[in-house]
Amino acid sequence: MHPAKSVIFFTTASGAGYGLLVWLAVLAVMGMLPGDMLFGFIAFGLGLGLVTAGLLSSTFHLGHPERAWRAFSQWRSSWLSREGVAAVLAFVPLGLFALTWIFALAPAQTAAMIGVVGAAMSLVTIYTTSMIYGSLRTIPAWHNGWTVAGYLVLGPMNGAVILAFLLALLGAFEAAQVVTIIAAVMLVLGLVVKLLYWQHIHSAPAVSTAGTATGLGHLGKVELSASPHDQDNYLLREMGFRIARKHAAKLRRIAIALGFAVPLACLLLTALLTAPLAQMLLLLVAVFACQIGVTTERWLFFAEAKHAVTLFYGEQAV
Amino acid sequence: MTSLPAQPTAKKLGLVIDLDICVGCHACAVNCKEWNTSGKSAPLTDYDPYGKKPDGVWLNRIHTFETTDEQGRGQTVHFPRSCLHCEDAPCVTVCPTGASYKREEDGIVLVNEKTCIGCKLCSWACPYGAREYDENEGVMKKCTLCIDKIYNENLPEESRVPACVSTCPAGARSFGDLGDPDSEVSKLVAARQGYDLMPEQETKPVNKYLPPRPRQDGRDSDKAPRMLKHADESTDGAGLIARWVDKVLS
Repeated sequence: MHPAKSVIFFTTASGAGYGLLVWLAVLAVMGMLPGDMLFGFIAFGLGLGLVTAGLLSSTFHLGHPERAWRAFSQWRSSWLSREGVAAVLAFVPLGLFALTWIFALAPAQTAAMIGVVGAAMSLVTIYTTSMIYGSLRTIPAWHNGWTVAGYLVLGPMNGAVILAFLLALLGAFEAAQVVTIIAAVMLVLGLVVKLLYWQHIHSAPAVSTAGTATGLGHLGKVELSASPHDQDNYLLREMGFRIARKHAAKLRRIAIALGFAVPLACLLLTALLTAPLAQMLLLLVAVFACQIGVTTERWLFFAEAKHAVTLFYGEQAV
Repeated sequence: MTSLPAQPTAKKLGLVIDLDICVGCHACAVNCKEWNTSGKSAPLTDYDPYGKKPDGVWLNRIHTFETTDEQGRGQTVHFPRSCLHCEDAPCVTVCPTGASYKREEDGIVLVNEKTCIGCKLCSWACPYGAREYDENEGVMKKCTLCIDKIYNENLPEESRVPACVSTCPAGARSFGDLGDPDSEVSKLVAARQGYDLMPEQETKPVNKYLPPRPRQDGRDSDKAPRMLKHADESTDGAGLIARWVDKVLS
């Protein structure tokens, strides 16, 4: 599948944003979320900013962005529509959570409860995003439970790493320690989910073959001998993306190293290097490494996935 | 509304494509392009049509496959590919705007180009590559089963079939109601074991494909037919004088 930059940015940015907001709500419930207004502006601003930027970027690849509002109408059948509805609905509790917390408009307990609703809506939105891909039978590499698990874990994982850095940056070291532990657990969980995902897509039996696509399988091996056209068409550009598979193993190592191993090492090192500056720098490295790694992982998620239509263009099995 | 019709549609207009007959001439694709570039889906955009990398939107594409069996015997099969107007069309249910829909009255799957946002998700959901994105128009294009031809009362009745069907010089394509078991197309499918493409994708295609007939490779049929000899000896159809000469001489 063609890895559209706007969609990769959207899913990674909004995932990280929702993840960050989820952990803010968790900290609020635990009574550990700093009431400091500057922290509030930065943390909530970044969380909501990432989500908003992601959602806006997802409209860039549309042929008619001005008609995007119509996408809220078909939530009965379409996961893409459900995602749009869930994303807009989530803004209500998340926005209220931000306002009540930053400006102390309500008791901390009440704000935390609103935060929990926002966190739940954030996870629902991430789930709907994952189901856009997970529901497509035509792409077996996506049509499995690991797709949903990957999205649900990687967003909060990324958000936790960012939040650990923000807390250290603003001197809330106690909360930073708690979130560092959460982030470390999420990184391990994320790595396990991705490793299992990769193992699944390389060991799962083929769903469709050139034989079933043409119905000629009973005649023996089916091979394309003449393509309908000698230049790439829309189908091949959008769904016949081939560059990645050659480099898949290398890209996967980059994703594992930057997305999971480097951030985890940085987080663990904060236990040894307790100087505030060292902690901040380590967490900053973790944030950037994690972001690059997760983006690589998401790029690979698209580029590596084979679509059934390629069976008509020379692919043997998907 | 992108929910599929609650009940399977009674009428299921579609195509039956005979892979035993198709000669891979691409005439169906060309006539499809010609009709539809000025019909409901107009224009079917071409990019760089006279340049080095010509490309464009087509609703029908003709592939050629070669099969090789265990004895190493090969067979060439020409394979037209277009929308199958599936009963459980995944391109319809994924559409977030309701632009993609399946008609209750005849089962034809269409795109409303006024409300399509060009998100391309329907093309991801279709296993058959039936939908192509028009970069100039910013919307998806697909086979309409020539909806502006099959119901067009300005055309003589025999012309009210999809362009690909009326143009096929070999008669490899048939059009009709596959929901009616007594229709010509349904009988053809029953007689020739017509089949679905990728049934495991659970799309329940309406269009059916007829398999190539079994190859005839018994010993006798390897030889040239003996018709010539029969023709030499027979006087069937000969004129009066020729028959008289034949009688005198034999």
